Amino acid sequence: MLLRTKLFGKTYEFRDLRELMGKANEDKSGDHLAGVAASSAIERAAAKYVLSEAPLWALYENPVAPYDQDEVTRVIMDAVDQNAYVQIKTWTVGQLREWILDNKTTNDDIKKIQNGLTSEMIAAVAKLMSNMDLVLAASKIRVVTHANNTMGEMGRLASRNQPNHPTDDPDGIRAEIYEGLSYGSGDSVIGINPVDDSLASVQRLLEMSYKVIQNWKIPTQNCVLAHVTTQMEAMKRGSPAGLVFQSLAGSQKGNESFGISVGMLDEAYEIAKKYSVVPGPNYMYFETGEGAELSADAHHGWDQLTLEVRCYGLAKRYAPFQVNSVVGFIGPEYLYDARQITRAGLEDHFCAKLTGISMGCDACYTNHARADQNSLENLSILLAAAGCNYFMGVPMGDDPMLSYQSNSFHDAPSLRQILKLRPLPEFENWLVEMGLWDAEKLLLTDKAGDPTMFVR
Amino acid sequence: MITQQQIDAIIDAVIAELQRQGVGNERGSALHAIAPSHASELNLDLPDITTSEYRTRSYVENTRKPDVLRALMSTTPSRIGIGHAGPRYRNIPQFIFLADHAVTQDALFKEIDPALLQQFNLFQVQTQASNRQEYLLRPDLGRKLSDAARKTLQEKCVKNPDVQLYVSDGLSAAAIEHNLRDIFPVIQQGLQQAGLKMGTPFYVKYGRVGLLNDVNSIVDAKVVVTLIGERPGLGRAEAASVYMGYRPQPDSSDADRDVVCNIFNGGTNPLEAGAYVVEYIKRMLKHQASGIKLKLIEQGASK
Ligand code: B12
Repeated sequence: MLLRTKLFGKTYEFRDLRELMGKANEDKSGDHLAGVAASSAIERAAAKYVLSEAPLWALYENPVAPYDQDEVTRVIMDAVDQNAYVQIKTWTVGQLREWILDNKTTNDDIKKIQNGLTSEMIAAVAKLMSNMDLVLAASKIRVVTHANNTMGEMGRLASRNQPNHPTDDPDGIRAEIYEGLSYGSGDSVIGINPVDDSLASVQRLLEMSYKVIQNWKIPTQNCVLAHVTTQMEAMKRGSPAGLVFQSLAGSQKGNESFGISVGMLDEAYEIAKKYSVVPGPNYMYFETGEGAELSADAHHGWDQLTLEVRCYGLAKRYAPFQVNSVVGFIGPEYLYDARQITRAGLEDHFCAKLTGISMGCDACYTNHARADQNSLENLSILLAAAGCNYFMGVPMGDDPMLSYQSNSFHDAPSLRQILKLRPLPEFENWLVEMGLWDAEKLLLTDKAGDPTMFVR
Repeated sequence: MITQQQIDAIIDAVIAELQRQGVGNERGSALHAIAPSHASELNLDLPDITTSEYRTRSYVENTRKPDVLRALMSTTPSRIGIGHAGPRYRNIPQFIFLADHAVTQDALFKEIDPALLQQFNLFQVQTQASNRQEYLLRPDLGRKLSDAARKTLQEKCVKNPDVQLYVSDGLSAAAIEHNLRDIFPVIQQGLQQAGLKMGTPFYVKYGRVGLLNDVNSIVDAKVVVTLIGERPGLGRAEAASVYMGYRPQPDSSDADRDVVCNIFNGGTNPLEAGAYVVEYIKRMLKHQASGIKLKLIEQGASK
């Protein structure tokens, strides 16, 4: 394998695709931590240029981990539609970029080749794109799913109501749910991260959140984001759950550190289909985030974007209702500052849409990263323009349990107002019935923001 | 241009509205104590909005049920009942948030009080991270003891105990200062009462959770337990976690560990957390497993 070019008369040579892919990435602290980043801006430019001439078959044949050693690789390779693959295998990565951006290429065209792509190819093309490329390309691709309502249609933006509480107090969580609903947050899911992963606690929160949904006949679904094994057990015992959640990693070893396997996820999917209280056909909810694999020493010497995209390849097996990266969640060791978080958020969203899954984003930052609420708001505006399916809704963006800041209940209505977007259709009707939403002006009404309306 | 007359009219209207609403409700401005005598002389002497008075106040305009709103707000430390200006935040909540974000940065760089370590007889060692900045960017170094630390532990620690307990700053030394006094004795006494052989406790500067493995390569305990500072939340740096594992090996991962988290007064109460940790340790010893393995064994047993 020869991977070489000259820029300004100087030669840049890359040993193999793994090295090339690492160096073609935009600057990220996690890639430096892994020792795979370019050592200079000019080396990065050279790597992107060389990568643009690499054919897609080469990426197909060089996955992050060998087929026989990694079950995530097997899931991704086995899902490749060979008819689609033969159409594109001789394209270069650069050709794929220009083809996606071409005005003649539509959502339908992209859907036709989508199943011929592997995660490595998708990551590669993202590396050649600028931020605006990523927004434009993603805005072409719609992925529509359905659980109790419909996600992902053009012109819609949803919000996950995330009512976390430092002691899992059902009263406190309920109060936060009410606050969020009164701002029109909750159409993606009412999704609670529990402090206590025990079965009893998870069951209690499933019951409580389901009761709110039933009492107010809300077209949405509930979810308690405990470890998947706990949710499976709770559902087997009759607890009402809408979506089944799990965090994913992009390699088998990474997933082992999360205490999961493809077999376990297959089982969770079956249980979801059998016991979920929503009509479906989409029942799963996954979260991902660049850096999780490296943190578990499970990155096989590859860059964090490529591993991230492999999570989407894995997620696709389960036709998830929704997936989001929690970009910026882990900390500055993987994404150092607002600029890196913004870049990663745009890449994640585009790559997931190109993979063909329903993608939202937890646009967020931790207090040890160099970012703030302004940079997070910027990212969410960019992503909403890119057609992102949903964001988080956290009381004023401050999650006192997960100790990070995300989008707030106020952000979805603001984005809807700025970009002329609507809540999910069934939920929008409900908001109108509740008198919270003016469906003509696309604005919250004066009634909004008062959680006491849900207390009888 | 707004005329002086218009300004006076606005001020009158605002004051009348404030009086109508009564004290402590729906206030978008903190400026209530000082009724401006003349708009021409600028005299801003504002109250401290970071006090609990301003945090617990409702900023919702025209709520129909002020008492219900207060009751809802009292159930959670989350920022609810904050109202809105259009779809955005009102002024005072916005400034409280900004102030909180500013002070949170300081918590990250705080060092532990040496007197506290003395009080609990904890000697101090360090990981391979040499300063806070390096610690933040190189989690791999926080999972390895420095050469000096290895030597010290070799010399000072009892080997092959049932339970090895140690403390680490992690991402918040303040969290250790906040909780150590409450939780440490509960764990120690609980384990002693259970007749378990305790290792020699110590303190590690710049530790990550994965350090459990490296520590056990020296002490070879059955269960290794660390009290460690969680990353600081907005304006809150007091939450600690206890992470633990059964016979951690060099390649053990988070799947092999268990955690009790959010420990502080206001979260998981430190005394109760201590008791819970002792229970966990007993279960680990009973089933000779931890993490997902322990969970699956126990779920299997309960069927
Ligand atoms: C950051 C974080 C993560 C990151 C960790 C990656 C990283 N490199 O930091 C990611 C996103 C990967 C993650 C994943 C999960 N997490 Co987590 N995580 C946190 C968080 C927000 C902060 C942790 C912290 O401050 N650590 C302190 C520093 C010093 O530790 P560190 O060495 O830098 O990082 C290690 C720990 O954070 C540890 N870790 C993180 N989460 C978990 C969960 C478990 C069960 C274990 C054993 C270890 C573990 O992994 C890191 C690498 O070793 C806490 C919330 C909190 N209040 O503590 C939740 C929290 C600990 N996580 C939780 C859960 C449930 C999970 C998942 C099981 C979710 C899921 N359904 O898959 C997964 C899998 C965890 C695993 N077994 O590997 C729960 C635990 C509840 C419980 N009592 O068991 C918490 C309390 C949040 C919550 N309520 O949902 N998590």
